Amino acid sequence: MRMPDLTALLTATAVLTSALAFAANADEVHVLNWKGYGADEPWATEAFEKATGNKVVNDFFNSEQEMLTKLRTNPGLYDVVMINAAFNDQAMAEKLIQPIDTSKLPNYADISKDKASSPMLVHNDKVYGVPWVWGLTALAINDKSFDKPPTSIAEMWDPAHKGRVTIRDDAVEAVQFGAIATGQNINDVKDMEAVKAKLTSLMPQIKTFWSSENDWNQMVASNQIDIGTYWSGSADRAKTHFKLPVSLVIPREGAVAWLDAFSIPVGSKNVAGAEAFINYMVDPKFYVEWVTKVGAPVSANTKAVEALPEDAFNRKVMGDPAVAKRIQFQAPITDAQREAYLSLWQQLKVNVK
Amino acid sequence: MAAQVAAASRSGLRSALPLLAPAYLWLTVAIFLPLSAMVFFSLMTELPLSGKPWAFTLENYTAFFSQSLYLTLLLASLRLGLEVTLWCIIVGYPAAYVLAKVLKGRSREAIFLLVILPFWSNGLVRIFSWAMVLREGGILDTALNAVLPFKINIDLMYSYPAVIIGLVHSYVPYMVLTCYLTLQAIDDSLIEAGRSLGASRLQMLKRVIIPLSMPGLVAGAALIFVPVVGSFMEPRILGGRTGTFYGTVIEDQFVAVFNWPLGAALSFILLAVVLVILAVASPVLRRAM
Repeated sequence: MRMPDLTALLTATAVLTSALAFAANADEVHVLNWKGYGADEPWATEAFEKATGNKVVNDFFNSEQEMLTKLRTNPGLYDVVMINAAFNDQAMAEKLIQPIDTSKLPNYADISKDKASSPMLVHNDKVYGVPWVWGLTALAINDKSFDKPPTSIAEMWDPAHKGRVTIRDDAVEAVQFGAIATGQNINDVKDMEAVKAKLTSLMPQIKTFWSSENDWNQMVASNQIDIGTYWSGSADRAKTHFKLPVSLVIPREGAVAWLDAFSIPVGSKNVAGAEAFINYMVDPKFYVEWVTKVGAPVSANTKAVEALPEDAFNRKVMGDPAVAKRIQFQAPITDAQREAYLSLWQQLKVNVK
Repeated sequence: MAAQVAAASRSGLRSALPLLAPAYLWLTVAIFLPLSAMVFFSLMTELPLSGKPWAFTLENYTAFFSQSLYLTLLLASLRLGLEVTLWCIIVGYPAAYVLAKVLKGRSREAIFLLVILPFWSNGLVRIFSWAMVLREGGILDTALNAVLPFKINIDLMYSYPAVIIGLVHSYVPYMVLTCYLTLQAIDDSLIEAGRSLGASRLQMLKRVIIPLSMPGLVAGAALIFVPVVGSFMEPRILGGRTGTFYGTVIEDQFVAVFNWPLGAALSFILLAVVLVILAVASPVLRRAM
């Protein structure tokens, strides 16, 4: 093949693929979310398609930064995006997401008032995010290693668990966890040195750092760890779906809470479909099925939580007012803070050597 | 006359062009363009994709020197590269010798196949199978305790040795293959001549076999050392809390914090260090070749 032909062919292929990628069908809803996080459950997308005629096309991200970049570089491609409330502010400021007409979402009225009116999601009386689920980064234990579940975060430092502790390989989470362990506000860490000292003394206890649910579950399945930081929804999934001996512990010192919400990107080609999808995601019927079949965090929809059995973990424990008092919701953090946290975390990991 | 030669070589180039074009086109598209883009990124304050204002800066390169962290990690990675290369020589060279000089026919093919077999499986699958073997209560631990009369506790998982084991396993075939090729090329009559002149086995090895197979050893070592220094998957999965290396920090910059400029700058510093090492070693290598 001569060169010009080949160039022409390559250009043609490139144009064709990008055209295909951007040719969003009117009745398609392009959803951007973490993988395996509710919105891509096959039974759920099937039910939604049957009910509304909109076909769900899922795309995934591996970090909040990646999600933001995907929104910036593909304007008009996505119709629904799942954003941690702590990042909603940034997405709005960069004009990546648009205000949502909540009157189109029948289920919006049932969302708990404190979540729906969160200043992280509502700016100038306009709603930029519909609260979906919330959960905790708390502790989870291997039931085989404990006769009675611990109540304090100090358990992580107990020499009895030396080499059998795990913590997520994430700078922000590690620093916020250190803040709780030293009795500080996770969103306003005053004494960074105390956090550093506390985490330094935790390092020798650690078996390995986990980065995915699968890592955690594997280590419990092969009985390699006793205790570690874990997400509440994941602990529920480990127990319900994978039948592992895992229990979530909300230490008396507190836990990090996060709120996940759905937003509609600027330039969405199917706003009506997006509204229908978000409404379906906060629907009690979907939520109960998600919890029963797979395991999930706590819905922001009060009716959805009430639809769970009375003794369900997400209703009984997570709904306990005493728990609500000691958890701290993550607020947005600045790039400078993020960098400082990362530098501290890397230093800690290198000093282990 | 000279003009004729030049014309001939030019027409030689012209007729070779269709053969060269696919490879060079591919290299340009798949390697040169992304690498140039990375050089460009490494000099920026922000990714242009992020929509934020950006400017040119050398800050990403100075970041390497402003914190002892990166240098510590780079040295750790270089040490890892040397150790893995050394173990690959210890394990791979004798195997290559046996394949080239001792075994013949069917048995050679069979053993050869076993050496290449790991290449046919996915790298991640190999690492996860090591994880099953090395952990406490894993395959190695259980098997040894079933055979041995006393109780031993083997828990190599999440440790530095585990990283070495995983990497040696991944890269040893390179050493076997390169050494096999040069060892096989050694004329048997040279070995017979040495023997008949009274050389001991050790002398034969030192004076004839190793010098003649040096090109294979050097090529194998370079093929192994360079990727191991930048490796991140094996340390991350097998190394546990000791698994932080230069490669894993670069991966973090790209995947976890999305700081591509810093990640790119760190990668190019690694590339520069590896090139310096190869340049310094090249007189020695050339003599060996």
